Amino acid sequence: MPIEVLMPALSPTMTEGTLAKWNVKEGDTVASGDVIAEIETDKATMEVEAVDEGTIGKLVIDAGTENVAVNQVIAYILEEDEDASALDNVSASSEPKKNAEPAKEDDSSKEESSDKAPASASSNAAPVSASGAIERSEAEPRAMSVMNSTQDEKTYTSFKTQTVREALRDAMAEEMRTDENVFVMGEEVAQYEGAYKVTQGLLDEFGDKRVIDTPITEHGFTGLATGSAFMGLKPVLEFMTFNFAMQAIDQIINSAAKTLYMSGGQLGCPIVFRGPNGAASRVGAQHSQCYASWYAHCPGLKVVAPWSAADAKGLLKAAIRDPNPIVFLENEIMYGQSFEVPDDEDFVLPIGQAKIEREGTDVTIVAFSIMVGKALKAAEQLAEQGISAEVINLRTIRPLDVNTIVRSVMKTNRLVTVEEGWHFSGIGAEIASVAMEHAFDYLDAPVARVTGEDVPMPYAANLEKLALAQDSHIVAAAKAVCYR
Amino acid sequence: MATTPKRKRGTTRADNQASSDDLLKYYREMLLIRRFEEKAGQLYGMGLIGGFCHLYIGQEAVVVGMQAAASDEDGVITSYRDHGHMLATGMDPAGVMAELTGREGGYSRGKGGSMHMFSKEKNFYGGHGIVGAQVPLGTGIAFNYKYRGENRVCMTYLGDGAVNQGQVYEAFNMAALWELPVIYCIENNQYAMGTSTKRHSSSPDLYERGKAYGIPGEQVDGMDVLAVKAAGERAVEHCRSGKGPYILELKTYRYRGHSMSDPAKYRTKDELDKMRKEHDPIDMVKKLLIDGNIVDEAGLKDIDKEVKAEVAKAAEFAQNSPEPDVSELFTDILIDA
Repeated sequence: MPIEVLMPALSPTMTEGTLAKWNVKEGDTVASGDVIAEIETDKATMEVEAVDEGTIGKLVIDAGTENVAVNQVIAYILEEDEDASALDNVSASSEPKKNAEPAKEDDSSKEESSDKAPASASSNAAPVSASGAIERSEAEPRAMSVMNSTQDEKTYTSFKTQTVREALRDAMAEEMRTDENVFVMGEEVAQYEGAYKVTQGLLDEFGDKRVIDTPITEHGFTGLATGSAFMGLKPVLEFMTFNFAMQAIDQIINSAAKTLYMSGGQLGCPIVFRGPNGAASRVGAQHSQCYASWYAHCPGLKVVAPWSAADAKGLLKAAIRDPNPIVFLENEIMYGQSFEVPDDEDFVLPIGQAKIEREGTDVTIVAFSIMVGKALKAAEQLAEQGISAEVINLRTIRPLDVNTIVRSVMKTNRLVTVEEGWHFSGIGAEIASVAMEHAFDYLDAPVARVTGEDVPMPYAANLEKLALAQDSHIVAAAKAVCYR
Repeated sequence: MATTPKRKRGTTRADNQASSDDLLKYYREMLLIRRFEEKAGQLYGMGLIGGFCHLYIGQEAVVVGMQAAASDEDGVITSYRDHGHMLATGMDPAGVMAELTGREGGYSRGKGGSMHMFSKEKNFYGGHGIVGAQVPLGTGIAFNYKYRGENRVCMTYLGDGAVNQGQVYEAFNMAALWELPVIYCIENNQYAMGTSTKRHSSSPDLYERGKAYGIPGEQVDGMDVLAVKAAGERAVEHCRSGKGPYILELKTYRYRGHSMSDPAKYRTKDELDKMRKEHDPIDMVKKLLIDGNIVDEAGLKDIDKEVKAEVAKAAEFAQNSPEPDVSELFTDILIDA
């Protein structure tokens, strides 16, 4: 059978073009890579190369023909052992050839957005049925949230008082003792013992092979640590603050978060990106930003935000053991605060599970990181005013513990979300959506969001205070949703 | 850093004689890449391959020469012009082609595409789509080798476009500082997409880009598989002996456009023709084989036929393999903890 030369597509959107010129004539010998024709589209002129060797048996389409459909036969090449008689059996059909497995290209060329439809479907509660789109049923897993039943947290009998800083250090040290593959890397983590002294004592105990000072080179060392995690090492990468991780966000998202998927499950990335997130005190706009919603937006990452020292220890241990890339958002102001931490070497907290810090019946307040403390203060004040607030400490932002939030809302019928970051596309927006999707009929008031003001963080003490969410804002929001 | 840069002016050519078997092997491997890429271009033209597709035609001697210098245990990582690297590490052409067509039989089960394929088994770590991002990643793979005390090297490929990305120098610095066993293979095909080296690089000698960090560099004729192999061996030896990173600038040329939709109007036809006629990496080995009476025209034809059949088989598999099951949409996002 003579070899068919088909009208090629220059891009997935091209359906036809002009056969501008033949560079060969019938009877010419061609080899792979020889330019045999030129074709034109509205965008460009391209050369068509022979993919097979042989003799040009027949030019089916004349030079200068417009609107030649992609995949239409434009010529036949005779193989070495063939002569012109082989052409007798071919019918020069003007119909484009059908691909062996059409792979739904027909649909996607007509309706360019159809293959994107599943990804842009906004809710798992409403299956998408647009043509070509995959129907997504209610039962389909949604990686960003968990609806499995909440396990009871293990109870501990012995406690010790620790700062968040010490708890984080102990978590790293304990995991490093049990797993040789765990190492700590970052700016000033070794000799200086951490810009915020979180890695105190680690260099002494583990040496410079496993506690590594880096140059100030976030993009580079994040990529380096990610590459080492592809190979099964378990880096705990400290960003001096998460503000600097913006230099490295491409490696965090494009490399660490997506490679498992892109490799069909071959290359995991067991890495922890940790460091202080959000506002500290009077450090200005570039050093005072909450990244929770930035990272929580992305599939392939888990995002953890501890509040107490027990959270910090139990969750960091879990994060280091987790086979996935984890963004672990700490808070500088919390580092020096003390809490009771279970005095048990097996203490670890599950990622993906929120904690009800205070039970209540009138309104649910959902918060994370430093805002949990403010929410608890607000709950005290609300109690004095006769409002019983339930305070949920999210602990993990992604996967979000939808179950705990929804159950609480079903009980209190009112919801206030609290975060330090900005409101637009913030964590509060996601939680409000979750409440609407799963507890719409239980809500007695619109969800209220307490967030930072929509401004870059000012330096002046009075302005900074105004820009940040305070307990008074939470009290006001809770009273508003209670219509009080 | 104790190492002094050992820079070699001009272009290094092969000074060692390869065995007949080696020459035949390189010929076959380069031809496989070329025929595979031609077929990929054809399938793209038929609408069976979508999106971006960056062909390696013309650059075959680079990866084949480097792999000849490496051991199977050494790692390989590159950017998005990656089909040649996958074939050279011994990945199955059918699995690669099926990934190009986005099918279940592809290396990433259709979820990665042309730019994102991996094989742990063959120590091939991608396939990365962000220019330069693979450079710190490859440095991290080398970090892992050193951390574990393994005497392995990571071949980290980048193009002449990537050399202007900041993270490349962040990686160079750490690799030199920590003496990591990484070879930065700069495939200088002279065009960063459509911008020629002259127009994008203040200093055209890319092998000198590690000078500030004390990383030795060499410029190599990347169209000459034996020259690449010889330089690769020097680089591998340097890394294995614990001296840290090494830079090879492999001067090469891509015959096709940057991607399938690039008509390559930024260069002259004469330039391309001259390269193809006078510096084709496959023709060069072919001549050595014929002149050395290692194989005759008929023998070469047999190899051509075998390669063609292998590529045809890969293309057939890639067209017949089903699209991934719709359930694959939700798999491999996270590993169960």
